[in-house]
Amino acid sequence: MLDRRDFIKAQAVAAAATAGGISLPAMAQRSMVAGEDAQLTWSKAPCRFCGTGCSVMVATKDNRVVATHGDMQAEVNRGLNCVKGYFLSKIMYGQDRLTQPLLRMRDGKYHKDGEFRPVSWDEAFDEMARQWKRVLKEKGPDAVGMFGSGQWTIWEGYAASKLMRAGFRTNNLDPNARHCMASAAVAFIRTFGMDEPMGCYDDFEHADAFVLWGSNMAEMHPILWTRITDRRLAHNHVKVAVLSTFEHRSFELADIPMIFEPGTDLAILNYIANHIIQTGRVNKDFVEKHCSFRLGQKDIGYGLRPESVLEVRAANAKDPTDSKPMSFDEFAAFVSDYTLDKVAELSKVPKERLLALAEMYADPKTKVMSLWTMGFNQHVRGVWVNHMVYNLHLLTGKISEPGNSPFSLTGQPSACGTAREVGTFAHRLPADMQVTNPTHRSHVEEGWKIPKGLLPGKIGYHAVLQDRMLKDGKLNAYWIMVNNNLQAAPNSDNETYPGYRNPENFIVVSDAYPTVTAAAADLILPAAMWVEKEGAYGNAERRTHFWHQLVNAPGEARSDLWQLMEFSKRFTTDEVWPKEILDANPDFRGKSLFDVLFRNGTVDRFPVSELDPAYENRESKEFGFYVQKGLFEEYAAFGRGHGHDLAPFDTYHEVRGLRWPVVEGKETKWRYREGLDPYVPKGEGVRFYGNPDGKANLFAFPYEPPAESPDKDFDLWLVTGRVLEHWHSGSMTMRVPELYKAMPMALVYMHPDDAQARGLRRGSEVKVMSRRGEMRTRVETRGRNRPPRGVVFVPWFDSARLINKCTLDATDPISKQTDFKKCAVKIVAV
Amino acid sequence: MRRHLMLALAAALPCLVPALLAAQGTGQVREPFRPPIQFTDEDPAPPIPADVTDDRRVARNYPEQPPVIPHNIRDYQISLNNNQCLTCHSRQFTGATQAPMISITHYVDREGQTLGAVAPRRYFCTQCHVPQTMAQPIVPNTFKDMDSLISRPSDGGDRR
Repeated sequence: MLDRRDFIKAQAVAAAATAGGISLPAMAQRSMVAGEDAQLTWSKAPCRFCGTGCSVMVATKDNRVVATHGDMQAEVNRGLNCVKGYFLSKIMYGQDRLTQPLLRMRDGKYHKDGEFRPVSWDEAFDEMARQWKRVLKEKGPDAVGMFGSGQWTIWEGYAASKLMRAGFRTNNLDPNARHCMASAAVAFIRTFGMDEPMGCYDDFEHADAFVLWGSNMAEMHPILWTRITDRRLAHNHVKVAVLSTFEHRSFELADIPMIFEPGTDLAILNYIANHIIQTGRVNKDFVEKHCSFRLGQKDIGYGLRPESVLEVRAANAKDPTDSKPMSFDEFAAFVSDYTLDKVAELSKVPKERLLALAEMYADPKTKVMSLWTMGFNQHVRGVWVNHMVYNLHLLTGKISEPGNSPFSLTGQPSACGTAREVGTFAHRLPADMQVTNPTHRSHVEEGWKIPKGLLPGKIGYHAVLQDRMLKDGKLNAYWIMVNNNLQAAPNSDNETYPGYRNPENFIVVSDAYPTVTAAAADLILPAAMWVEKEGAYGNAERRTHFWHQLVNAPGEARSDLWQLMEFSKRFTTDEVWPKEILDANPDFRGKSLFDVLFRNGTVDRFPVSELDPAYENRESKEFGFYVQKGLFEEYAAFGRGHGHDLAPFDTYHEVRGLRWPVVEGKETKWRYREGLDPYVPKGEGVRFYGNPDGKANLFAFPYEPPAESPDKDFDLWLVTGRVLEHWHSGSMTMRVPELYKAMPMALVYMHPDDAQARGLRRGSEVKVMSRRGEMRTRVETRGRNRPPRGVVFVPWFDSARLINKCTLDATDPISKQTDFKKCAVKIVAV
Repeated sequence: MRRHLMLALAAALPCLVPALLAAQGTGQVREPFRPPIQFTDEDPAPPIPADVTDDRRVARNYPEQPPVIPHNIRDYQISLNNNQCLTCHSRQFTGATQAPMISITHYVDREGQTLGAVAPRRYFCTQCHVPQTMAQPIVPNTFKDMDSLISRPSDGGDRR
């Protein structure tokens, strides 16, 4: 092998040889480009990946992205990106971009078992509309559904919500964010009456203590981790506690590292509440003025199919959300069972560490920030565990002020902005409104200018239920957008794939790349991605962030927004709305859904002359009005004056995002505290104004075990998750060579002694097997993740090794979010 | 010896060259799904690929891209107390080690102030700099760097 010096020499010789045939000035010209040729166009955009919401600067030349870097002007990241963010330039250029619609065909027409053939958009939408109309006619709106995304832009999610709820009259619309943070969203509403964090990322520069509850921020939120690292290393008094079921990179910064038995975080949180009460550190004034206590329902089951023995056996599986008022004293008595001795034994965390952790919360002088994502949210008691951490912050009054912050992180770039704020969940409408509330529905009907009584009031199928209903043949026309659910969904071999290939069903997948989900579809629609369209995302700190279309999508690929709006032209109100509604509102007869949803006088009120001439905007030019602006302004009207105020559309193209509520041009960093939040009346100090009484709710819940635990047949816990280099299912990052080469395959991370006990070692080929399915991979015993004995970790980014064939489709019974962190497997040599 | 081992490992990787790409736009029956992509596929797992350890710098795709790590970093400690990367790459050691010095941007804090040492927020190197394995990407990437868009075919001296 050449050493470095030889190599440099060889290079010099090669250069000299090249130079031999060419005059020196020409060479000089080549190595130094100046003037017009060297000019790049730089524009801002949020990163395409996680919920952190970093801003990047994007350089374009000749209709291509040629470079990206961290945006110096962005508060979130101040010039930094993680390795994925630095490689954003390459995510659109995987050679297998989908550029034409593809339909399964046999003998010149659609056939469920046909081969994919390229078709025109007209042919694609013709077949799709034919299938939708067939299903609507045979079975009605309940048999039509859509699975969307926390990666939809704000207007895409909003257009989808209008099309599904008001167009097809079904709430069978759910985002993949259900798999991601439904537990957090539900707990926010139940505690504060309003969704999303009260604090913001500025808390990182103010806190004295950081507690990571099951979150591996070093890999999953690297830029926020740089802010914690900055604070910890620059200030000696700052401490970091990291709790997880296995050791990972975030432990590198931990002052108090804690590995706990899966599921016992519930007990640890109740112990801390007990510790705060027993040591007399309750902030009595705060609690008396601003808090209510409730006793929650216990034994609520595990969100499995109703005939499952675990559901039949559970006392309260039918009404898991129930609760009743209790006093502070009753609450104190409830958590008094959770003593240090008992919880140390249950959780297997040493007592002195539990005590040190509890003191971070109890000590009134320590400003504490709690951080969590999937460890809490993907949990069969995800809503409970979210409530339990709010309990700690509310008991001590450590909330809604700089540095004291319970902070729910998000996994997707617009989980907050689109899935939650726009309301693309099966139970939600814009601005925290609920489909079951007739007043809310009526308000939305007015805003959308549609007939009264049109919107359905029944909660639609959530993510896991959609898969079950597809399999059972009750959901038959299904559109999947911006997600890769066949790779992401739990127990996919038994509960997801069968529904996609069920002959009764027509499955449409819109994506930029041919994913496993696309491969199992009947019709594939090629999508424009990221800066190939004008967009807006909302990050985890309530920041709304816009970008312009910077390049054109390849071939026939079109944005999801265009697809949704164009498809709506294929239906008339007479075909999809009930006769009695049309009889009562004859003006709506014979109109297309496009006319009633998007040419309603509101969405189409901004002309294309308002487009920024420096940027392309394909959808607006095609439809003849500034589509994104019209949709945004119609949507924003629901929140203005109600604590969700968004700034005017044009403002967002000028700034690096703003945190709502934006009142009189000013963003709000901390909510619910006087002087920081304009919605808190003078003299009240603190008001949790999402609830009518202005108080936050504390809930008492017990520890209950996971749905499935290891036994003698399946003797290991399986934890799944992400890795730094890949985002979600890897459909973008696995197509970036540098990221692929850094992390090319999903391995099973296990303890060396567990490997040895099975006759395995690093590199052994194995099957990971559960009661539901199996996947083949190799053993890793010395990687970045170091599970304790009895636990294995497998990431889910690898389309060639699908770990979700093994996972269990148990969900939190309240939030309906899957627990991807706890099921039982065995590892067998191949 | 080391090189032979690497070649052997590379040869052992299953052939993952995509079969699909030319298909798009030809109007022929197309199979747009690279193997292994079907949900029902249960392919054997290839061996864990070896790390790239040739110590050769790889050209960046654009100036702002963090360079990849061309050597093994197994068991490198980066913790509260120690950062092994900096024992070669920080300014004061580069004379002895001949390792590239960390970028000057790494001395600038969140407020834009230049510090006397590496900025704490830049402490965890592997958030941006990643080693590479010998694995061959399944899907080629058609990204073009700015130079290839700027440079035009030569007609014998005059670029224009």
